[in-house]
Amino acid sequence: MNDNLKVLINGIIKENPIFVLLLGMCPTLATTSSAINGMSMGLATMFVLICSNAVISMLKNLIPDMVRIPAYIVVIATFVTIIEMMMNAYVPALADSLGIFIPLIVVNCIVLGRAESFASKNSVISSVFDGIGIGLGFTFALSLLGAVRELLGTGQIFSLNIYPEQFGSLIFVLAPGAFIVLGYLIAIFNKLQKKEGTN
Amino acid sequence: MFLSLSLICLTVAVLLAQVNKMTAKPIADAKAMKLQNAISEVVPAFDNDPIAEAFLMPDGQGDSLLVYPAKKGDEIVGYALNSFSTNGFSGNIQIMVGFDMEHRIVNYSVLQHGETPGLGSKMSEWFRDAAKPSQSIIGRDLSKGALAVSNDGGNVDAITASTITSRAFLEAINRAYAAYSGNMDATSGATQSESDTTGTTQSGSVTNISGETNDNDEQDITSQEGGNDNE
Repeated sequence: MNDNLKVLINGIIKENPIFVLLLGMCPTLATTSSAINGMSMGLATMFVLICSNAVISMLKNLIPDMVRIPAYIVVIATFVTIIEMMMNAYVPALADSLGIFIPLIVVNCIVLGRAESFASKNSVISSVFDGIGIGLGFTFALSLLGAVRELLGTGQIFSLNIYPEQFGSLIFVLAPGAFIVLGYLIAIFNKLQKKEGTN
Repeated sequence: MFLSLSLICLTVAVLLAQVNKMTAKPIADAKAMKLQNAISEVVPAFDNDPIAEAFLMPDGQGDSLLVYPAKKGDEIVGYALNSFSTNGFSGNIQIMVGFDMEHRIVNYSVLQHGETPGLGSKMSEWFRDAAKPSQSIIGRDLSKGALAVSNDGGNVDAITASTITSRAFLEAINRAYAAYSGNMDATSGATQSESDTTGTTQSGSVTNISGETNDNDEQDITSQEGGNDNE
């Protein structure tokens, strides 16, 4: 149990997919124009991660080494398709705003990366915890990025007014703002992680 | 090796088929709901099913638009048109726009667009700001001429820093009007005379409205009369 907890914390902080591993940058930059979009993208990815990690670690002895990548992709694609259909059915507004990025979770390297480097070598339980940890880390990073961009760009967080919109600077909602905010957040995260070694 | 991959694919196919079966209806419902909401937002109150009675009308530029007639009882109270523009700043813009029987815009709703958030995306509110008549297109009578942004000599203020989006948006509105007026010309003489002749028919339509209806319509009539006085 203690090990599982370690795996979980590891995913959120030490191996945070965005701030440390720098994986899955495409959806990160594209979907974080608002906090709610970032968070939902994170949660959708987390669902896929947990399910694919669990299934892949269950099947790890049945899948021959030579066809493991296609097999993993099939499993991942299945869960992505399921969540896409579910979102279209029950939260159509959100599905509209995330658009193409939901189906694109299939090619998100975090998911395949965890399947290959963790789930295929560990037990089902710890793979699930790894999925939750990495998923939470991803969700946390995306929500934070979305919140900062939304705040600086429109003066709101989760659509709650913090200050009047006309003082916002639109660039943060646009693509360049995504790069700027991401860069600063990574710098801050690194600074907090290793207190010594940086100035 | 092939066996295990085939087995995995087979299981997955069965699973997906199940989920698809489960979600097909809610997805269809959600889409229909969205369309229904867009229509009821842009035309006066109605009691028929515009989606079932939809038909196509040419827009004069080689394309056709879906027209949803809104009826109250047997009388047509307005048309909602699903129009589009291919000249958006990024991608196509799709709108639903409603006209009443006097060639005026009742309301509009943006169905789909890829415009810049914070700039072009403001179009979903910008053109119906009742407090700013120079940018609002609600209630404008298109039989007096097509809409254009003020930069192009028109009388609609474009969205600040988004002239391209504004042009594309108005193009979609004008396209819808072309189809709408084509339809008005085609429909029976009754509708024609109502909008063409003055005096008597107009008072006719007033009684008609007060016979079956709501405050909004009456307000429209008064504002129209006010307009006439000024002229």
